[in-house]
Amino acid sequence: MPDQSFQLFPEAASSIAGQVDALYAFMVLISALFSLLIAFLIIFFAIKYRHRPGIKPTFKPADDHSIGGMVLEIVWTAIPLVLSMVMFVWGVSIYFTQSRPPADSMEIYVTGKQWMWKVQHMEGAREINELHIPLNRNIKLTMTSEDVIHDFYIPAFRTKADVLPGKYTTEWFKATKTGAYHIFCAEYCGTKHSEMIGTVYVMNEADYSQWLAAGSGEGSMAEQGQSLFNQLGCGNCHASAVNNGIGRGPNLNGLYGSRVDLKDGTAVKADESYIRESVMYPQAKLVAGFDDVMPTFKGLISDEGMLKLIAYVKSMGLKQGAPNTVPPASVTTNSTAPTAGRGAARAATPVTAPTSAGNK
Amino acid sequence: MIAATVPVKEEKNYMNAEHGLKSWLLTQDHKRIALLYLLSVTVFFIVGGLFAALIRLELTTPAGDLLDSNTYNKVFTAHGVVMIFFFLIPSIPAILGNFLLPLMIGAKDLAFPRINLLSWYVYMLGGTLGVVVLATGGVDTGWTFYTPLSTTYSNGYVVLTAMAAFVAGFSSILTGLNFIVTVHRMRAPGLTWFRLPLFVWAHYATSVIMILGTPVIAVTLFMLMLERGLHIGFFDPAYGGDPVLFQHLFWFYSHPAVYIMILPSMGVISEVVSTFCSKKPFGYTFIAFSSVAIAVFGFLVWGHHLYVSSQSAYAGMVFSILTYILAIPSAIKIFNWAATMYKGQVRLTAPMLYALGFIGLFTVGGLTGLFLAAMGLDVHVTDTYFVVAHFHYVMVGGAIMGYMAGLHYWWPKITGRMYSQLWAKVACCLVFIGFNLTFFPQFVLGYLGMPRRYHVYPVEFQVLNVLSSGGAAVLGLGYLIPGVYFLWSLKYGAKAGDNPWGATTLEWQTSSPPPTANFEVTPVVTTEVYDYSNTEVPHIV
Amino acid sequence: MSSHAASSHTSAVVGHEAAHDPNLKHHFENADQQKESASIGMWVFLLTELMFFGGLFLAYFVYRQWYPAAFISASNKTDVLIGAINTTVLICSSLTMALAVHYASLGKKQLLVFFLIATLLLGGIFLGVKGYEYHDKWVHHEIPGEHFECEGCQDAGHAQLFFSLYFGMTGLHASHMIIGFGILLVLIFQANRGDFTAKWYTPVEMFGLYWHFVDIVWIFLFPLLYLIDRVGRPLL
Repeated sequence: MPDQSFQLFPEAASSIAGQVDALYAFMVLISALFSLLIAFLIIFFAIKYRHRPGIKPTFKPADDHSIGGMVLEIVWTAIPLVLSMVMFVWGVSIYFTQSRPPADSMEIYVTGKQWMWKVQHMEGAREINELHIPLNRNIKLTMTSEDVIHDFYIPAFRTKADVLPGKYTTEWFKATKTGAYHIFCAEYCGTKHSEMIGTVYVMNEADYSQWLAAGSGEGSMAEQGQSLFNQLGCGNCHASAVNNGIGRGPNLNGLYGSRVDLKDGTAVKADESYIRESVMYPQAKLVAGFDDVMPTFKGLISDEGMLKLIAYVKSMGLKQGAPNTVPPASVTTNSTAPTAGRGAARAATPVTAPTSAGNK
Repeated sequence: MIAATVPVKEEKNYMNAEHGLKSWLLTQDHKRIALLYLLSVTVFFIVGGLFAALIRLELTTPAGDLLDSNTYNKVFTAHGVVMIFFFLIPSIPAILGNFLLPLMIGAKDLAFPRINLLSWYVYMLGGTLGVVVLATGGVDTGWTFYTPLSTTYSNGYVVLTAMAAFVAGFSSILTGLNFIVTVHRMRAPGLTWFRLPLFVWAHYATSVIMILGTPVIAVTLFMLMLERGLHIGFFDPAYGGDPVLFQHLFWFYSHPAVYIMILPSMGVISEVVSTFCSKKPFGYTFIAFSSVAIAVFGFLVWGHHLYVSSQSAYAGMVFSILTYILAIPSAIKIFNWAATMYKGQVRLTAPMLYALGFIGLFTVGGLTGLFLAAMGLDVHVTDTYFVVAHFHYVMVGGAIMGYMAGLHYWWPKITGRMYSQLWAKVACCLVFIGFNLTFFPQFVLGYLGMPRRYHVYPVEFQVLNVLSSGGAAVLGLGYLIPGVYFLWSLKYGAKAGDNPWGATTLEWQTSSPPPTANFEVTPVVTTEVYDYSNTEVPHIV
Repeated sequence: MSSHAASSHTSAVVGHEAAHDPNLKHHFENADQQKESASIGMWVFLLTELMFFGGLFLAYFVYRQWYPAAFISASNKTDVLIGAINTTVLICSSLTMALAVHYASLGKKQLLVFFLIATLLLGGIFLGVKGYEYHDKWVHHEIPGEHFECEGCQDAGHAQLFFSLYFGMTGLHASHMIIGFGILLVLIFQANRGDFTAKWYTPVEMFGLYWHFVDIVWIFLFPLLYLIDRVGRPLL
């Protein structure tokens, strides 16, 4: 459980948290200085220049048009402007770090629905309202929603991102402290919005490996994606890692991340959203050189299934032009993904060991 | 500013000129319409306040024990909808602006008196519909109506609630339109633009936002109603529609709407500070133009609500820098108000106390806005109690403090009676203390990560929430007391006289309360604005 | 009170004009001020109308940019001939409205009434044709919702958005026409009663502005909804 004792300042448990806190401290300082200055001036003037009966006011029409007045106006325009530009640049620089996942990030998929979080690890482990991650590794979440807009927020990591239906958004972090921290849904999503919460467990590498091994019974996401791929008959038209297809549809080997030339002369980068759109709305972006023959799979694939398919297509990227090879279980993670010791680890698995309950 | 008027011979004024309910409900006198607004806006304020009380009561414990989740969600939605659409937006413009704009520019009425009355009826239609819907079934979308929650998943009367806000919107369009034409065409001879009181400048800027922004929320709600009611979808992701487009359209109005609430308040503060320092506002032109700058730049920053909504990082950058630029005019105003006090004849009357309270609270509200404009920091604090605290500092600490300052300042003009300064000051202090106790802990809560709109929350947040609820009780008491002494003053208050504060603007040159035609003869302005050289400084304690 | 004594600077007194114009409201100083106020008010109102339609236009541009194929093929479902006829009808109604204002300014009551009625009829024709088009869409299941179909559409999944916008935009436009229709009826009644003179015909003039605005909105809607993909193709 996350720490339940009274606090005035949140725990900082990610690589970005220190940067956000530093900017916060700077802004608190500036704000305190300005507020106190204004408060002091008001109180001081109110006392010093309090009305004494008998004194007649004098009209000075040109207060602000005098040289002194003009200088004052310029000064109190310029100083806030300069300070706010500092805040602007500082804020943007943090944001750009926050919004760009490092290339070596380990990928985890998150699906939000009213009112739970479903997490899929590349290795196959699944969990609900919990997220187990290793310490000191860059983690990238690719997220989508089955219904309304949600927002995946981990205060201890100082990061959040909206989770949108029909679209993929990402969020990344590197946890720097083991422990349990809150996950909150931060975008109001209906009746049980405040119960759409969970816990992120930051574990050291060894514990994480153990935990992961215990939950990968159904095979990796890419493997699951592959069986879905076969089940839906995608390979009948599309060349993939395991077949050559018959060429009616574009070749999927090495598709992910590449530039796709479209029939209308434009080009598009093949990212998660593109793959999703191509499955749900095949006609929306026709690839140059192919006919409009693909039926829509809208309504036939769940959001989680879609993520598996995407994981499978992504996995083909590394095995370009090498048919008949089953993709490796974990493509984007490094070699620490364990394959042994399953039985032993199961006992040590947290209560939330992945179950297939997440499916329904 | 000097204008000669012949003193009104008799006691006939706009209040006793005619009698009977009909003479009020069919009146075309801007002053009477303002009072109709005062009465109805007060009712909505009480309704919205009761919803707030329920929220704070529920949040004293981490568990959901007083209300169930569904009810809680409906209650905070109701609080937001009522306070924003039916209280804050019409409060100062439709009451004080309506009453004072013609008086301040030496006109007999607004340009379109019948449209003015129509706007009240439209407002009442929207407001009544809204309250009836919220009270009988309610809606749980939040006042932001985000899709697809509102269009597909929400339970409750989304279409009717949106309709209520839609209808009320037309009332504010009509008011804004009336003000713009009035300021352009109805000014008294000699009253040039730079002789206009700053209250008029602020209302002119507000009206610009009303007429340009409100239609956009209207069409957005129109699309929402079509999608919810007839399944004619514009934002439905199931058909490739983009729910974030709704957010863009929504905030294109709703961010400027914050300036509809705060600009008139700033206008009030300029008047009050000037009068109670017996000094022309320092930097008159800077204050005037900063109002216009806020109205213009206010339309260019809506995207700062969407840093975490998958908006492009570069778009976010543009919105961020524009937001910082927008902060400058507000800072200019604050410095100029403080400088106005320098070498003034400062009198700490009740309206002045409220005005100084405004300056303090709005400073905090504005500065915390800078936190939210900083993209990297906003990612952490957006959608948390930090945002809740920030906009309450601006809207309650800013807009309502300004409204109270204005009400206390012009009460003698509106009613011809004086209220108890002592009680008014006590109430002001209670409001100030209660307000800070309520909302300051919410900044801390927000940075800790407590999301807004949470019905149940982790136990570690309880202490701060209890503080906040305690403060809300004090705040509520602070708002009740004026209700008592204002009513008391109507019968027992001392006669105020025409110009009890020693002010210079035109409305103080006619009798209190003013006659139906405002001025016996149209005033002609021959001197600069805020000329205190010939004004006595009454010593009021 | 003392303030009166204090404000002793000289000032002239501007009184009412001696001869009182019956159409001059009491709070205006003179007829010019009243007319200018009405005119500015109307233009400001049209500005709000512009913003009102603006939201829908924005949605249109965003989605058309995103789903060009769907928009092009869905727009081919609209009937250009009928759209063109309706455009002509509406432009003619603007002409008759302009003539109505012209004759109002000359004080020619009969011609004023005649052209107002002509405008009313043309507006009625437009609405009737629009109703026929809606009915046609209904018959072909082109109303967004559960039973939506778009036979032969490319990217039919996104074509719904086109039709949502079609109904949203033309519907909002038609509701303005209906309001205009109602106001026209009142104006015809008033004109016939002889309310308007060469000196005072402000309501007719202001309504003319409104009518032209509604007309101009249609001038934008027609190409956006009917003509996207008709270049180099037979129109029918």
